[in-house]
Amino acid sequence: MSPRTLYEKIWDAHVVREETGKPSLIYIDRHLIHEGTSPQAFAGLKAAGRKVRRPELTFAVMDHSVSTKNRALPLADPDATAQFEALAQNCRENGINLFDMQSRNQGIVHVIGPELGITLPGCTIVCGDSHTSTHGALGALAFGIGTSEVEHVLATQCLSQFKSKTMKIDVQGKRPRGVTAKDIILAIIGKIGIGGGNGHVAEYTGEAVRSLSMEGRMTMCNMSIEGGARAGMVAPDETTFAYVEGRPFAPQGRDFQEAVERWKSLATDDGAQYNMTVTLQAANIAPMITWGTNPGMVAPVTSRVPDPSSFSDPVDRKAAEGALKYMDLKPGTALEDISLDRVFIGSCTNSRLEDLRAAAKVVAGKHVAKTLKQALVVPGSRTVKAAAEKEGLDKIFRDAGFEWRDAGCSMCIAMNDDVLLPGERSASTSNRNFEGRQGKGSRTHLVSPVMAAAAAIEGHFVDVRKWSAAEGAE
Amino acid sequence: MQPFTKHTGLVAPIDRVNVDTDQMVPKQFLKLCTREGFGRTLFYDWRYLPGEKPNPDFVLNFPRYKGASILLARANFGCGSSREHAPWAILDYGFRAILAPSYADIFYNNCFKNGILPVTLTIEQIDELFKRTLATEGYRLTVDLEQQTIVDEHGLRYSFTIDPFRRDCLLKGLDDIGLTLVHEDDIAAFEKKNLRVPVMHENLDVKYHHN
Ligand code: SF4
Repeated sequence: MSPRTLYEKIWDAHVVREETGKPSLIYIDRHLIHEGTSPQAFAGLKAAGRKVRRPELTFAVMDHSVSTKNRALPLADPDATAQFEALAQNCRENGINLFDMQSRNQGIVHVIGPELGITLPGCTIVCGDSHTSTHGALGALAFGIGTSEVEHVLATQCLSQFKSKTMKIDVQGKRPRGVTAKDIILAIIGKIGIGGGNGHVAEYTGEAVRSLSMEGRMTMCNMSIEGGARAGMVAPDETTFAYVEGRPFAPQGRDFQEAVERWKSLATDDGAQYNMTVTLQAANIAPMITWGTNPGMVAPVTSRVPDPSSFSDPVDRKAAEGALKYMDLKPGTALEDISLDRVFIGSCTNSRLEDLRAAAKVVAGKHVAKTLKQALVVPGSRTVKAAAEKEGLDKIFRDAGFEWRDAGCSMCIAMNDDVLLPGERSASTSNRNFEGRQGKGSRTHLVSPVMAAAAAIEGHFVDVRKWSAAEGAE
Repeated sequence: MQPFTKHTGLVAPIDRVNVDTDQMVPKQFLKLCTREGFGRTLFYDWRYLPGEKPNPDFVLNFPRYKGASILLARANFGCGSSREHAPWAILDYGFRAILAPSYADIFYNNCFKNGILPVTLTIEQIDELFKRTLATEGYRLTVDLEQQTIVDEHGLRYSFTIDPFRRDCLLKGLDDIGLTLVHEDDIAAFEKKNLRVPVMHENLDVKYHHN
């Protein structure tokens, strides 16, 4: 057999049926659902008189609209309540695993999947959510789907898919101090553009990626979609196996050992071909900040807001003009001089224990700037929350003037009551800075957890490399 | 699904790259449990001023584009979230076809599931269509999926390519799930060989789980 990539190996192992000129039928090992994109799928299923084929392979969680303040209180929002009730009822009727908002294992779908061992190397994983790409960090093929496809998976446990093209994103050399996984992925998106990966599945390789923890790899894979790639992957290795071992849904004992042997064979073969290769030198990457209204509008902390007239492509120029108007930024302003109204540390990109540890280290013994209206820490899951509290991180954040919240998507998408008011500016560890993403008229700057933490203390962005507490952050 | 064969209609231009699905249907409308009625929410924040008053500066509110059913767009249309609410809104608003140089993957897929034809043209062709749409009030196009052509009333004729399988499904309005269920035997055979049901080794706080 000719040499194959990680993607091709997982794909080949899941083909149920192939026919030339048609999409292949691919088996789906794990299906994750949340309240936002599943009600219409269940309704469609019911209307057609169809049943859920493999309820034991579907896992449901409430995350997008849950309150991060007090779960004991009834929700004020009737639409969200109806959606939660629909999810609970659909799970009950079909015998589907549900982590509801009261579950002590609840959290953002892309945080709890890996954390609970639902996500495993070599698996195909889908969810009606574009950041399903996160799970590829474990060496799985994971991608977001629309609601019609959610219905398709419920009914058939398969998806009809055309094979994607492959893209290798090689980050060579050692990661400089103060530069995190978030900065690397922002630098990649800045380089390829937000449509740069369209039609491709990205595989991240190179020393800087290999040396990242699982959390860091998840941060990178999470934002693959922001570069247009439908999925991002990292070949499983010892870091992966150590992470998976002992997780509640992971195989155990002999089964685990056998699984590890299988997983080891997934790595891309020498000589396998990719449709596209992008190379970056880690040494050239600095802490990154977005200045515009999509994640590709990004620059190193040491630089200035660009002048739209410096863009040669008229379409880009127009986009930059629009973005600066929306963001209320003047060309030439130093990024470090941008002052903030709120800081949000959370989301499926950066809300895992390691992210919180890194941020806590930066804020320990300090206090958030008086000019700030709010600084928020929202753990990605209740498991993360409990672990962080055991280490006393909640106390560090609270003492520094942060609010410490319960798990959920929160201000990443502002579907609950954590929102920016019109015109407010945030430093956010989430993944999207689209117009209105954090509330109508909101202005979002995407950054790493250490940058968000330092910015909260200073009230504006700072070069975290000068902060010794940022040392070692991933 | 409503089939798409041939459609003639008024063209409306959205002259902006990277239009994301957050703009098409802002998050507050993702809490609804139906597929219907999303037309009102399409481009909500651009389209309305406070109190849901139409914003006269937004292109779809220009009287000349009232009743448009073909959407002319720029590169990487539909990027961002996987929300199928975006194509639901586009369809419910009255659009049957989109013309753009490129699309985000998930959005592109979602269009086909809803009887919307996303046509891919070259940047030059899209530029020309923008020119003509802006220059001629009431500019109309005919999009013919069978012939794979786009024709206007002034002699312009472009052909486009599309995956033959997707084309076939759209022409016939085929139900995807029905197509897959025909292969039930293959799915069962695959499962017999490969299925590994996840076992829960720790007592998690999960409802409706059967080990
Ligand atoms: S945290 Fe944000 S990006 Fe992640 S699943 Fe929730 S809403 Fe989506």
